[in-house]
Amino acid sequence: MEIFSFVKRVPSTTANVEIKDQQLDTSGCEFEINPYDLFAVEEGLRQKEAAGDGNVTSVSFGSDASQKDLRTTLAMGADAALLLRNDAADTADAATTAKVIAAAMDGRSFDLLLFGKQAVDRDQHGVGPGVATRLGIPCITEVISLTIDDGKVTAMREVEGATETITTSVPCAITCQKGLNEPRLASLKGIMAAKRKPLESIDTEMPAMALTVESTQPPDVRPAGRIVANAAELVDALRNEAKVL
Amino acid sequence: MSSVLVILETRSGELRSACLETVGAARTIADAKGCNVVALATETANIDAAVVGGAGADQLMIATADAHSADAAATTIARVAKEVGADVVLLSATVRGRDITPRVAALLDTGFAADCTAVDSNTMLFTRPICGGKAFNNVTVNGDVVVASLRPNFFASAGRDHTAEISEVASETALAQVVEVAAQSGGRPDVAESTIVVSGGRGMASPDNWNLIEAIADAIPGAGLGASRAVVDAGWRPHSEQVGQTGKTVSPELYIAIGISGAIQHLAGMRSSKVIVAINKDADAPIFKHATYGIVGDVFEVLPELAAELAK
Ligand SMILES: Cc1cc2nc3c(=O)[nH]c(=O)nc-3n(C[C@H](O)[C@H](O)[C@H](O)COP(=O)(O)OP(=O)(O)OC[C@H]3O[C@@H](n4cnc5c(N)ncnc54)[C@H](O)[C@@H]3O)c2cc1C
Ligand SMILES: Nc1ncnc2c1ncn2[C@@H]1O[C@H](COP(=O)(O)O)[C@@H](O)[C@H]1O
Repeated sequence: MEIFSFVKRVPSTTANVEIKDQQLDTSGCEFEINPYDLFAVEEGLRQKEAAGDGNVTSVSFGSDASQKDLRTTLAMGADAALLLRNDAADTADAATTAKVIAAAMDGRSFDLLLFGKQAVDRDQHGVGPGVATRLGIPCITEVISLTIDDGKVTAMREVEGATETITTSVPCAITCQKGLNEPRLASLKGIMAAKRKPLESIDTEMPAMALTVESTQPPDVRPAGRIVANAAELVDALRNEAKVL
Repeated sequence: MSSVLVILETRSGELRSACLETVGAARTIADAKGCNVVALATETANIDAAVVGGAGADQLMIATADAHSADAAATTIARVAKEVGADVVLLSATVRGRDITPRVAALLDTGFAADCTAVDSNTMLFTRPICGGKAFNNVTVNGDVVVASLRPNFFASAGRDHTAEISEVASETALAQVVEVAAQSGGRPDVAESTIVVSGGRGMASPDNWNLIEAIADAIPGAGLGASRAVVDAGWRPHSEQVGQTGKTVSPELYIAIGISGAIQHLAGMRSSKVIVAINKDADAPIFKHATYGIVGDVFEVLPELAAELAK
């Protein structure tokens, strides 16, 4: 089974993002692998183990800073890594990123493309289904369980108030939701082995952006709240002041 | 001919009400452009043309297939968008809408603005949260067709008296088949669809104490249950209830956070709620900075009192 897992470098979820001149300034942020992408790497390793053969390649459209994350995926167990290198990759919206990744995958042979359900920097939920659509392959999003048997794919996903079961066949794309698996940590042995694994870097063109960020602003400040003395006062405020009950 | 195409979401043949807000937003944009609103349901459904017309649509197209596949839906939408000369395509930012939106954009070779909380109908500037709501981007879509998904609870149906003109459209075949849709048990609305959310965290001390949370939800008609990741990871509550950056994003009228500290990743999922109530014994808990009303107290004393007050 030939598997590709896609990872993006994002500001840590605990980071305080700054806004300067109406633009996002992440220069003071720590970065990490997008949490959902760890599910994508882990699922790749598990599906390869289940199939008994194949390769997991981790891919990032990013600057040289993403090399560190790709090494981490190699230490987790990926066989090879591919950096689609562009210094401005971080500024690309999901539709543009999907276009770049689809072009890079075109002509390669694969069974499974694994994405996170969303990158927690810009929360677009778009690259996985965008790449699949451009490649003309099926895509199942926000998957919490995945079985592949002789090329037949069965996945489950949660929608509001229901669980859906979806079937298709490889090659296909999957976006990974929390609950799908527990990502492993890299072992010391894995970290040593990662140093000898191939990490290919390909200079990649940036197409015209599909989205223009005109400005960035902080969230509206909520009016200061009020501490109430007890449950009776709370219910009174909710009924008569906020009028939500 | 130009038009605004708005996608109606259905489940088991019934219209889902969140999409009527999106129809209302489509009406506002169409009025600014001086064009029609075409509403499209991508699978067979029993839809009242007066409801959709009242929300703002001029036409109502209903597809003939009963397939629920996201790829078939996207292909149908992209085809109809070309047929009706749509220069704007709007969807609702539900799980299904988030799934379909990027596919439609890819098929139309354009960009999309996801999960928007506001739109300026004259400039087509979309406002959307990023980094879990820590900041907002104002974006414009470059391309012949503008595709966007709108977050539920931020837009309003047009609320007019009008019946949309109904027609049928052919569906496309699916690459991936939805073979089963199993409703979650429990009888409460999903946390992402509830107008009131009662949410519990590690301060509840044990899953055995959730009867106290349920008593509050039982006392408020239509309330759904939420949870922090700490209690989901501990196996106290199902994943489907998790609110936050790696859970669901909710923006109900009322969010009651009980024994939840207010970690930045939890705030990411609920900070756009209209009214936030925090119940926590630690007066310095970060959740109080975001709360409209707070009670500093022990949940085991406050919750029984609260249930009794709500019953009055
Ligand atoms: C990548 C990443 C993603 C994450 N995603 C999410 C997410 O989606 N959702 C999420 O919720 N978290 C998420 N987290 C976890 C988050 O950082 C917090 O750990 C979590 O939200 C804490 O849950 P909690 O508030 O229930 O627990 P705690 O932080 O332990 O807070 C418990 C609170 O209960 C109060 N309390 C205790 N006993 C009582 C009592 N008897 N009466 C009243 N109050 C009491 C305490 O004062 C405290 O404030 C994420 C973390 C990371 C790193
Ligand atoms: N620059 C990138 N390089 C590699 N994968 C990416 C990149 N951007 C997004 N992805 C993948 O697409 C998923 C969804 O991202 P998004 O559409 O931006 O929310 C992520 O979880 C990654 O798996």
